[in-house]
Amino acid sequence: MENRKTRRGSLSQARLRDFYREMLLIRRFEEKVEERFRAGELPGFLHVAIGQEAVAVGVCQAMADGDVFASTHRAHGHALARGTHPNAVMAELYGKAEGCSHGYGGSMHLYDLERGFLGANAVVGGGLPAITGAALAFKLRGEARVAVAFFGDGATNIGTFHESLNLAQLWGVPAVFVCENNHYAESTPAQQQLPIEDLAKRAVAFGMHSITVDGQDVEAVYRAASRALEHARSGKGPVFLLCQTYRLVGHYVGDPQVYRPKGELQELRESEDPLDKLRASLELGDDEADAVDREVEELVEGSVDFAKAGTDPKPDDALKNVYA
Amino acid sequence: MPGGWSPVAELSYREAVRDALSRAMREDDDVFVMGEDIAEMGGSMGVTQGMLDEFGPERVRNTPISEMAIVGAGIGAAIQGMRPVVEIMYEDFTTLAMEQIVNQAAKHRYMSGGQIKVPLTIRTQGGAGWSPGAQHAQQLEAWFVHVPGLKVVFASTPTDVRGLLWSAIYDDNPVLFFEHRTLYPIKEEVPDELEPIALGQARVHREGENVTVVATGRLVHEALQAAEQAEQEGVSVEVVDPRTLQPLDEATLVGSVKKTNRCVVAHEAITRMGFGAEIAAVVQEQAFDWLDAPIERVGAKFVPLPFAPVMEQFVVPHAEDVLAAIRKMVGRDGG
Repeated sequence: MENRKTRRGSLSQARLRDFYREMLLIRRFEEKVEERFRAGELPGFLHVAIGQEAVAVGVCQAMADGDVFASTHRAHGHALARGTHPNAVMAELYGKAEGCSHGYGGSMHLYDLERGFLGANAVVGGGLPAITGAALAFKLRGEARVAVAFFGDGATNIGTFHESLNLAQLWGVPAVFVCENNHYAESTPAQQQLPIEDLAKRAVAFGMHSITVDGQDVEAVYRAASRALEHARSGKGPVFLLCQTYRLVGHYVGDPQVYRPKGELQELRESEDPLDKLRASLELGDDEADAVDREVEELVEGSVDFAKAGTDPKPDDALKNVYA
Repeated sequence: MPGGWSPVAELSYREAVRDALSRAMREDDDVFVMGEDIAEMGGSMGVTQGMLDEFGPERVRNTPISEMAIVGAGIGAAIQGMRPVVEIMYEDFTTLAMEQIVNQAAKHRYMSGGQIKVPLTIRTQGGAGWSPGAQHAQQLEAWFVHVPGLKVVFASTPTDVRGLLWSAIYDDNPVLFFEHRTLYPIKEEVPDELEPIALGQARVHREGENVTVVATGRLVHEALQAAEQAEQEGVSVEVVDPRTLQPLDEATLVGSVKKTNRCVVAHEAITRMGFGAEIAAVVQEQAFDWLDAPIERVGAKFVPLPFAPVMEQFVVPHAEDVLAAIRKMVGRDGG
């Protein structure tokens, strides 16, 4: 597994500070989402990505303009990391017309076509086949673009995963399949859903190039993702990027997590928090850190204000956008 | 051809499908086809025969047996602005891709609040009459008309299949395009120019005064036969093919019933909960006061398709079933 121990050289402090700010934005955004949900302000139900910020930021920072991606039910972090404004994401969670899906999608159906975001997906594995197809389009048109799929360890058990990776490798399309292995499929731990420990073997079975990386180490993720994207972009075929990560919260907001061994969550929060890990290697004075905190807090608070002041769709707007 | 048709060739329904695909691919690099066994073999129904030679393996793509990935890859390429035409070998196998069709293709536009377009055509075929058994001949079009976001086409003649397929390819929505296996060999003179047929326009095949038969697919031809026989019995029958099941040309269907005052709905698919039930509902909602008799439905019995020819023949409807419905209908009010 690639991590800080295997790494040679280092990204600039300026770059790492950017990563830190992006990760902190996701963390604070998700905490705010939990708070507002518990206050009864957000309809539906929610999955937050606390603990998995380094994967979102490391991969999305490595992507280029023109690259596209699909996400999962746990998508807020991916959207923010790829540049969708927190206002647009928060407004969507409030069901407002100013939301990134104009109130038609919600948390599990965030979209931002302008930034290449082809959709979060409420069906586990649902977005993978279209990523193979988008990559096929890039190949057929001779465009140096890459299509990226985010999905979890649970999705590696579903048919779309196997069909999509098989087809992508067969056709050598420029796709990167980013597996966020957070060790639980909803509530079900690895030993109850996966007969193998090393998920990279699943990619190897298709003859696909695979890279395994410490998903709590944003620099390692960024470097691995950069190489994976370059591999795909240069016509060498798709890559399976396995990010070993941890969800430091429940599956959904309000999940009592009865399935976790006692003490696991506390232990992981102390040892595997990607923000703590990055902060430790960052030359960031307390004043500077406070400034980043304030900036992010303002953005997040501003997004709630923006969303609350947003426009409710008219009821019969529900009849629009069914057909092009 | 300005000034009218110039029939230059007799095309089979199979050739008409191929003609539409080939013309679109000649004109437009964004159109390509993919599916199982469609390249060297030319498709299990022979529809894409010869296309590999003309267009090469990049644009006539053989796929693994992976219906989810075939449809899903089509969705992804379509979102990027291409116009893929994917072939699902048998309608029965659309079940394997149902998630991608129903949750993804149909809903991306809506869930994104109008940002995404999915100009994907999914061609498939089915139909009984050759003892394929229960998993190779179902007529499943009713499953898809229930899903907002999808368009659904079911063409019954060479001219229609060619013009409708062209429009399906150039529609900006996902289109389920149904072909009927037993129609592939039927031939018809078609003009040299391909005339696109807009989606959502029914075709009146035969005008009549006493009974309207709304029929789809193979049953259009069965209904036309039944109409000939009824004519000899003094009953004038109008036969209307909706051609596009979603969107549905309600005005033409209802207009016809308002003229004839009687309506039979005929399809090969199972009658119960079928497409005909929706037609009956539309007609009674919009033309109740014009109806002189209850609407009759003709379709398959509520069983899987059996293998033995005598049982298969018994289960699916034929011209005599349509004729029986017509007779019953005109007998009811003394006509």
